[in-house]
Amino acid sequence: MAPLISIKDLSVAFHGVPVLRGVDLALHKGEALGLVGESGSGKSVTWLAALGLLPRNARVSGSVRLDSREILGAPAAELDRIRGGRVAMIFQDPASALNPVLTIRKQLCESLALHRDISGGAVKAEARRLLDLVGIPDATRRLEAYPHEFSGGQVQRIMIAMALAGNPDLLIADEPTTALDATIQAQILELLSTIRREMGMAMVLISHDLGVVAENCDRVAVMYAGRIVEEAPANQLFADPVHPYAQGLIGALPPLDGPRRRLTAIPGTVPDPASMPDGCAFAPRCALAEAPCGIVAPSLAPIAEDRAVACIRAEASRRALLGIAAE
Amino acid sequence: MSRPLVEVSSISRSYSMRSGMFGRSAAIHAVHGVSLTIPRGETLGLVGESGSGKSTTGRIVLGLEPPDHGEVRFDDKPMATPGTTAWRAQRAHMQMIFQDPLGALDRRLPVAAQIREPLDIHGLGTPLEREERVRELLRAVELTPAHGARYPGALSGGQRQRIVLARALATKPDFLVCDEPVSALDVSIQAQVVNLLADLQAQLALTLLFISHDLRVVRQISNVVAVMYLGRIVEIGCADDLFARPEHPYTQALVSASPAPGRRSAGRIVLAGDPPNPAARPQGCAFHPRCPRTITRCASEVPALSNVGGNRQVACHLVTGPQVETRDAA
Repeated sequence: MAPLISIKDLSVAFHGVPVLRGVDLALHKGEALGLVGESGSGKSVTWLAALGLLPRNARVSGSVRLDSREILGAPAAELDRIRGGRVAMIFQDPASALNPVLTIRKQLCESLALHRDISGGAVKAEARRLLDLVGIPDATRRLEAYPHEFSGGQVQRIMIAMALAGNPDLLIADEPTTALDATIQAQILELLSTIRREMGMAMVLISHDLGVVAENCDRVAVMYAGRIVEEAPANQLFADPVHPYAQGLIGALPPLDGPRRRLTAIPGTVPDPASMPDGCAFAPRCALAEAPCGIVAPSLAPIAEDRAVACIRAEASRRALLGIAAE
Repeated sequence: MSRPLVEVSSISRSYSMRSGMFGRSAAIHAVHGVSLTIPRGETLGLVGESGSGKSTTGRIVLGLEPPDHGEVRFDDKPMATPGTTAWRAQRAHMQMIFQDPLGALDRRLPVAAQIREPLDIHGLGTPLEREERVRELLRAVELTPAHGARYPGALSGGQRQRIVLARALATKPDFLVCDEPVSALDVSIQAQVVNLLADLQAQLALTLLFISHDLRVVRQISNVVAVMYLGRIVEIGCADDLFARPEHPYTQALVSASPAPGRRSAGRIVLAGDPPNPAARPQGCAFHPRCPRTITRCASEVPALSNVGGNRQVACHLVTGPQVETRDAA
């Protein structure tokens, strides 16, 4: 089966400074893919670039195919149809994505009019249905309300409703719950997974929170310094991470139960994109790094049927992990 | 056993807020009847969602705001009136760290000068000793003098938070209030700062009040954890025990809402409704409109925080002491 969207060798540079350095990703219909990584790792830029949402000064190269059709550098009119139509996006800060001086009805109906072939009363009925769908009570009355009259969790629900207006095949959710309280985060994540199941929609969940991604995605890609360093089914990645950075991320997460142990922090900081080290970008922080790591950047290579790792010390790293587990 | 360093007894604080320009002003009970004790060298974790009053509690404990009712005692003495000389002397023993290190630092001053500032203000040591102390503090937070010469903008988020920590430690405080100190940091950097904080606490015998919405980080660093909901403590107990066996339905929902790698969301308690509005506090137990186990009594009567055995206190009508078996198996 051909993937719904496939990204090949996507690279982005701002003013000659590379921030995305060759990303390959594919997503099938109905699949949920998680993208984790620290700030600056390129998880958001990947999708902003793929959908042509980056400013002019960004130099983008590579290929992005939606249903085998190249969309990178596609004409603006075509991209306008795709964005909000086949591919929708929601962001971390929902309040700033809504217009504060327009009612929810105006904003919902606008995206419905743009992406659906309906008009008049049907638009309003559909807007009401969408609000119902995302769990806003009393939809008829609430359509006439302004964004400030809703709580943070409800505003994110409205953003989801707007994203659904175009009946998307793919939803890109960029840190959708980061600004929300824990109990509200749980509500929104449950809503997203219900909608995804019911509509057979594929989703990319971008998050810095490993737990959020682990629980809500089928497959996870870990990004570091503009590259994917490991890709695996969610359960396998967390049970048996292979890339030293993925191991480090999981080890840095304080446990919620069991004995408390000292956190295994990754030393140092993320390299500055303007002065990337030669070879593997993670080598300066890696406990397993050897001389060859500083020469050539490793490419993402398969290690099992549905797993891939970009590390020449992957075997050693796996042994080290097993060694620790055996102790 | 010696007396605890910090003793907070039933503090309350309310603000009045007007709804709209001509609206009637309403009292918001940000903190209501909160009592806490923190023994020397230990950490008390305070968790809760936005609006739960955890930051206000921290500000009152530090004397940045007076409580309307109740009292804070520090080192067995009542908190001095803010602005007085006695208060300044007391304040040198307590410091705080906030979430946003860039906001806490002056962008136009090299960071070493900012670490030095509290020493100048409190008149500690000769100028030469102060210079030496700054170098010592930079080493303590695992930075070099070269970092000290930089401006905040030239440091990473984790490094900035280390500078804020070094500055807080300059006056050799006994007590540190940390309000979401690692929430803005990436996971790997967060672990570095949490480890550093734990090391410094052990070396310097610091007492900490650690405020955060992140249950994992709080558990990692705390001896005792208190859970707040709408201005009140709903549950308090040992850090390990509390999250392993939460008793209050709200704590149970919080623990259940905390995503964990290797677990699917099946069986999660998803609370209905929105986070509470402190201006419209529900009658009775403030949690009852969202509580999956609510009974009629919850809507009328505020449950008191009471001992349920095993160093645990819970404010819930459904959770009673170990001798009375009314708890259901759920």
